[in-house]
Amino acid sequence: MEKLIKILEEIKPGVDFKAEENLVENHILDSLSIVRLVGELNDEFDIEITPIDIIPENFKSVIAIKALIEKLEDE
Amino acid sequence: MKNLIEMIERAAEKFPQKIAFRDERRSVTYQEFYENSRSVAAAVANARLFRKPVAVMFERSVENLEAMVGVLLSGNFYTVIDCEMPTERIKQIFKTLEPAALLISDSCAEKADKIGFSGKIIKYSEAVLLEPFDELMLEIKSSVIDTDPAYVLFTSGSTGVPKGAVMSHRSLISYIRWFSDTFDIDGETVFGSQTPFYFSMSVSDVFSTIYKGATLNIIPKTLFSFPIKLIEFLNERRVNTVYWVPSAMCIIANLKVFDYCKLESLKKVLFAGEVMPVKQLNYWMEHIPKAMYANLFGPTETTDICTYYIVDRKFSDSETLPIGKHCDNCDVFVVNEDGKAAEVGESGELYARGSFLAMGYYNNPEKTAEAFVQNPLNHSYPETVYKTGDLVKYNEEGNLIYLSRKDFRIKHMGYRIEPGEIEAAVGAVDRIAACAVVYDQADDKIALFYQGKKITDSELAESLAKRLPVYMMPEVYISLKQFPYNSNGKIDRKLLKENLRQIKMGENYGKAY
Repeated sequence: MEKLIKILEEIKPGVDFKAEENLVENHILDSLSIVRLVGELNDEFDIEITPIDIIPENFKSVIAIKALIEKLEDE
Repeated sequence: MKNLIEMIERAAEKFPQKIAFRDERRSVTYQEFYENSRSVAAAVANARLFRKPVAVMFERSVENLEAMVGVLLSGNFYTVIDCEMPTERIKQIFKTLEPAALLISDSCAEKADKIGFSGKIIKYSEAVLLEPFDELMLEIKSSVIDTDPAYVLFTSGSTGVPKGAVMSHRSLISYIRWFSDTFDIDGETVFGSQTPFYFSMSVSDVFSTIYKGATLNIIPKTLFSFPIKLIEFLNERRVNTVYWVPSAMCIIANLKVFDYCKLESLKKVLFAGEVMPVKQLNYWMEHIPKAMYANLFGPTETTDICTYYIVDRKFSDSETLPIGKHCDNCDVFVVNEDGKAAEVGESGELYARGSFLAMGYYNNPEKTAEAFVQNPLNHSYPETVYKTGDLVKYNEEGNLIYLSRKDFRIKHMGYRIEPGEIEAAVGAVDRIAACAVVYDQADDKIALFYQGKKITDSELAESLAKRLPVYMMPEVYISLKQFPYNSNGKIDRKLLKENLRQIKMGENYGKAY
């Protein structure tokens, strides 16, 4: 969780990621930050996020992103 | 057809019930579009304005298009301001443009307050309720001549002060004729529009839609974050033609989106705005082999485009796509350092002439005089041509090859080097998603910014050594997790140059991204 928040804070400094539940709808994560986030998560957690997983539901909050990582780590 | 008012009117007469424009929320037929635009025109004409600049500030929406066209129908000219533009930039634009009125959507009202605009503010929601005045409209239509301005499009000048290219009705009509004829735009065409309306590329799909009675879908920006949803949107809307910046196409290629879902209706893929990396283009061509692909090239000052190349063969990943030949009714020529026409293979500056050209820069005679000059090859009569500032050369097939901006040309170890040649070699390396070469003049060093997966500087250098002569090898390698892009979606080279300067000063450069 901490590692994830650190990555997010590097991409978008100054956002309270723990509290924010609408990262996508509130335009905190735009297209380029999502592309970048996907790349970093793939490297950091040694997973492969495919376009199938790049949907708003998986990126709306830290909890959702964490769940996605865990799901892919299990695969 | 003398002016755009006639073009818009004709579309409403010929295709009244056809869908013209669609965004996420709304969909308008040509008839509805025309009526709403006429109401907006009435509101602007009510303010007793004629041949005056009117700024339109909206989100990317059908309303925005109705506002732009409304300003044209009122006999004035528009500048599109995006609601999300930084306030400072808007203020700078306003300082140059001195708009006589500001046309806004309700949701941009707050932003309008921040700018502190003192002129007349017209709200779309109120304007659209007005009854148009037929007589006045007829009078306006007959008064607007083809050399009157239609819109002013601001680009960020090299000094950071925005320059506003003044585009006439004639430039846009000549340009749109070429665009529509060359790419067979017709009633069957369904565009998926990606580019912002304050960017020159957008005039191509928007006005060729009106000219030919096509349909244009405004793609919500957020869909570029979620590629599968983007594909679903394009399929659902049956989009068959796109005209995007390469960065948008690269999102799809780099994530290998077509491995997971297919674009069902796409037939034409046009791109411009920056160099299209061949590796990513090949990904598209492999997955949608039957589509037509075309590389378009040009500055805002030639309306949008002055040369183009329809991709007619396979290119290897390390080759550069040509920018091709001049458009119909627009001529280009290459001038070498001695001020003479360049030979085949010889590099020189690209000049453009003809009706596509802007009239100059708004309220900026100095910059106008620098770029809009007497044709250096014509000493017999006055002929203003546009100096693009781009270095190009003709290849053996008679196609133009883009080399670099004149300001970015590298002179290194006695050689003249074009950043584009190095970038083409880097882009061809596996695992490289994006790259840009920046030249550090002070230290005479070639710096390479790159974004790649699991590749180190030394691995990349090793791979490049097989492709580039020693004098073209980058000397500084900077790996970025994400490239900075400007508001048009192009790689922000100015910021990279600044980044390089900071690296030299020993600051923590990674933080900027």
